[in-house]
Amino acid sequence: MRKVAVIGIGMTKFGQLWKRDLTSLSVEAGVNAVRDAGIHQKDVEVLYGGTMSGGLFINQEHLGSMLPDYMGFKNIPSVRVEAACASGGLALRQAYIDIASGMHDIAVVGGVEKMTDIGTYSITKALATAADTVNESNFGATFPGLYALMAKLHMHKYKTTEEQLASVAVKNHLNALDNPNAQFHKKISIQDVMDSAKIADPLKLLDASPITDGAAAIVLASEKKAKKLSDTPVWIKGSGHATDTISLHDRDDLLTLSATVSAAKQAYLQARLQPKNIDMAEVHDCFTIAELLAIEDLGFVKKGKSGKFTEEGYTKIGGKIPINPSGGLKAKGHPIGASGVAQAIEAVLQLRGDAGKRSTNSENALTHNVGGSGGTSVVHIFER
Amino acid sequence: MAVPKIWRKIPEYYNLIGKLCPECNAKFFPKRTVCKNCGCTRMQDYKFEGKGKIVTYTIIRTSMSDPEQEINEQAARNIPYALAIIKLKEGPMLTAQIIDCGDSELNIGKKVKKVFRKILENGPSGVIQYGYKFKIDK
Repeated sequence: MRKVAVIGIGMTKFGQLWKRDLTSLSVEAGVNAVRDAGIHQKDVEVLYGGTMSGGLFINQEHLGSMLPDYMGFKNIPSVRVEAACASGGLALRQAYIDIASGMHDIAVVGGVEKMTDIGTYSITKALATAADTVNESNFGATFPGLYALMAKLHMHKYKTTEEQLASVAVKNHLNALDNPNAQFHKKISIQDVMDSAKIADPLKLLDASPITDGAAAIVLASEKKAKKLSDTPVWIKGSGHATDTISLHDRDDLLTLSATVSAAKQAYLQARLQPKNIDMAEVHDCFTIAELLAIEDLGFVKKGKSGKFTEEGYTKIGGKIPINPSGGLKAKGHPIGASGVAQAIEAVLQLRGDAGKRSTNSENALTHNVGGSGGTSVVHIFER
Repeated sequence: MAVPKIWRKIPEYYNLIGKLCPECNAKFFPKRTVCKNCGCTRMQDYKFEGKGKIVTYTIIRTSMSDPEQEINEQAARNIPYALAIIKLKEGPMLTAQIIDCGDSELNIGKKVKKVFRKILENGPSGVIQYGYKFKIDK
C-alpha cells in the first residue's frame, strides 16, 4: 500500500445556517480544500462524499452526481458514502484505500448535512433511521433514548455520575470558545447541564450534540504528489473500520462498542502505535456518554473509569490526553455527514500547528467516528 | 408504516415468535433467517414466553410529539414514557416500552412480562399497529 497524506482542508462555519443550502455549503468546503492544497479543480481525480440522508433531510438523493457537478469537478468518478453518523469518516477511509491502492493520486473527501430545512420532529425521525427502525425506533427508541440506555447502565455498573457526564459537555464547550467555526461559543457550567431540560433520563439537553448545518472537505494525495505539492503534509498512519449489530439490544456487552475496539485495533496495528502513544483525539461525542465510552473503547482509560478521568481534567487541553480540542460534536456542532471529515480537519490543524489557542502541541492525532449506536465505527491516526 | 410492513411482522409483534437454530440451539428475537452463531439456514419458529428482566431503562421526555403534524403518523405514546432493554428468560434482548408503572418502580433487574398494546397510528384513517409492551411482573 502507498503512503497517503492530507494536503488541503476546508470547512464552513457550523450552525443553523438558514440562508445556506446543501450545495452552497458543499461547494464552499470543497473549493476551499482544493485552494488550501494549492491545486485546481481539474487536478481532482475522484470524490468521496459522506452524507447521511439527503433524502430525508432535503428530499434529494444522487448526491454522488450533484456534488462534483456544483464543485466544478467535471466527469470525475464520485461516490456518495452512507454510514449514518459515520458517513464522513467512512468516506475518508474509502478515499484513503483508493489512493493507497494506486488507483488515483488526488482525491477530495467531502462531508455534508443540511438538517434545518425540516422541523425537529422530522429530524428526530430521520436520525432514528440510523437505528433498527423495525425493532428499535418503532417501539419508541429515539437516538437520545438509545444513548440514555447506555448511560443508565454505565451509572449503575460503574457508579458514573450525572456530574461526570456533564463534565464532558463543560470541557467541550470550553474548547469550542477558541474554534471560530464552532456552532456554540458559550461557556457552560456543570450546574447549567444539570439544570437543562431532561430529554431521556439521565441525559439532558446539554448532554446532547445540536442540530447543525455544515460541510467539511479535505484533499488526499499519494506520497509522490504530496511531497511535490505540500510543505506541510499530514500523513494517514492508520485506518480502521468495523461494524457491529445495528440494534443496541443485540450486543453481548451494551457498554462496549466492539466496532470501535476492532477499528481502533486495526488503526493502532497499522500505525505501530499504542493508545498510550496517542497525543490527542477527536472522538464521537454525539452525547456525553458517547465520549466516555469512546475513551474506554479506544484504550485511553480502563472500562468504567472514564467518568472520573474526565471529571479530574485528564482530557482537557494540557491534560494527559486532550479529547475533542475542537469542541467535539457537542459544541462544534454535528452536521451528521460532515462530522467525520471535520474531525480530520481538526487533526490536520493541530498537527500543522495551526490550531491557535486550542493547540495541543501534538505529533499525532486519532479520530473516531461512530454510526448509530455503534453499528459502524471508523478510526484514523494522523502524524505530521 | 405501510400495511404490508406491519402485516408481515404480525407473528413477531403480536406473539413474540422468533427463531431457534436446530444446529446450535441459539434462540433469536426478532427472527433471523441465518443463525448469527453458526450460519445455519434451517431456522425454526420459536415462541418466547414474554417474561424477562430490565437490563437498562430510560424515560423519554421529548421529541416524539408532533405538534406541527409534519408526518402523518401519531405515536400511541404519551410523553413521558419508559423505554427499556429487556432480557427475555430464554436469552435474547429486545427494546420495548414499560407501561403502567411509576418512576420509582423502574429498576435495573426488575422482572417484567409482555402485554399486547397499540404501538402506532398512521394518521386518522391509516392502519393501527399493535405489538408488545411490558409491565412489571408482580
